[in-house]
Amino acid sequence: MMLSPDLPGASSGVALSIENLHKSFGTEPVLKGLDLAVGRSEMVFVLGPSGSGKSTMLRCCNRLEEPDSGEIFIEGDRLTGPGVDLNKIRQRIGMVFQSFNLYPHLNALGNVTLALRQVQKMPRAQAEAAGLDALDRVGLSARARHYPAQLSGGQQQRVAIARALALKPSVMLFDEPTSALDPELVGDVLDVMRDMKAQGMTMLVVSHEMKFARDAADRVIFMDHGRIVETGPPEQIFGNPQEDRTRAFLSRFHG
Amino acid sequence: MDALVEQFFNLEIMAKALPLVLKGLGITLLICAVVIPLGLAGGLLAALGSVSRNRALRWISIGFVDVFRALPPLVLLIFIYAGLPFAGLSLSPFVAVIIGFFLNNSAYFAEILRAGLLSVPKGQIEAARSTGLGRAQTLIWVTLPQAVRNVLPDLLSNVVEVVKLTSLASVVSLGEMLHAAGLVRSITYNASPLVLAAGLYLVLLWPLIRVIGRFERRITH
Repeated sequence: MMLSPDLPGASSGVALSIENLHKSFGTEPVLKGLDLAVGRSEMVFVLGPSGSGKSTMLRCCNRLEEPDSGEIFIEGDRLTGPGVDLNKIRQRIGMVFQSFNLYPHLNALGNVTLALRQVQKMPRAQAEAAGLDALDRVGLSARARHYPAQLSGGQQQRVAIARALALKPSVMLFDEPTSALDPELVGDVLDVMRDMKAQGMTMLVVSHEMKFARDAADRVIFMDHGRIVETGPPEQIFGNPQEDRTRAFLSRFHG
Repeated sequence: MDALVEQFFNLEIMAKALPLVLKGLGITLLICAVVIPLGLAGGLLAALGSVSRNRALRWISIGFVDVFRALPPLVLLIFIYAGLPFAGLSLSPFVAVIIGFFLNNSAYFAEILRAGLLSVPKGQIEAARSTGLGRAQTLIWVTLPQAVRNVLPDLLSNVVEVVKLTSLASVVSLGEMLHAAGLVRSITYNASPLVLAAGLYLVLLWPLIRVIGRFERRITH
């Protein structure tokens, strides 16, 4: 199944496309021929039970996990296969992790500017200006000199988002960005994601934040056993799911 | 009591021994200044090898570390200085000491640094790689600073051990501090020069030991 790029919410063109993606861990198949196209400025939410392959799919999109077969394109440029300059193309794909993964030995600005300085070879002053700008976008420019240990979980995750944003990526991948946060800190992170969407960022989000998915996502995908079971606008997936497995999964959340 | 003072704390003999012992101290410090950086560099290479994905490299590194941690440094030193000439390789005492201590030290530093590298969570490396940093850049800017920080007390403790280890150089007649003190002792039949040397070790190492204590407190808190 190849999805048409002209999906609801997609303004124009495909930012990220995944074609017939396969991945096994040992003998255990995790992704069994996955196809997905994410339009520019589209926010796609991925739901599914644990072990359904959501995170693996996301991690294949910047090859932190090496796909067994299949192809992935970022704005038409191939990411998979030999001869790809991974370090170059990864700067076009921001990734936000469940456990933040901020560098504890660097302050917020240091975290955000490391890749600008070392990979993009920006002079210090220019990198710091860009870093402060990215921190400003997540509302934390006042915390630039704080170390991760001095920040709340929600602030740490926003710094992690700024670290990815500073590289001006075409696509942002979110791997359960709020799962490790105390409930009262989730809102700030979701607000930042909402702002990013408003500014036209393309986002692929693995998350269990159903309420946020319902009112922010352009499209929701339900995955199970390494396949996409159902895809549609949030009203359809949450209001009138077509597949039994989707319905069964969601009923556990609605109680 | 008087005999003890006379035999071990004889200031007159200490004063006479001082110039020679201080010269020995200079050699001790010179050995340290060469062996510690070399040992750290060799240890880092072996540590990186022992966590490498390349199986052959891993085995070679682990083998190196195991062998040179197990070999008593005294035996190693005597072998290099007195054994290798039979294989046609005669080394000066200084060079023999440097090579022996380098091998011994690299193995110990490697084991400490390996533990440090393994203490850095995998997510740190993934975060770095996801922003486009290469393998070497990730090591230099993300993994290594955290690894070193996590094992800093152990690294410094090993430095203390190295300073004391230099006294072994006396077996190949290298005139480091303890060798010099021993020489004066054998001439005067008085142990005071040894006490003098011990005092100098203490002066040399005590600040370092205090610093280690401070780091350990900072890490446990």
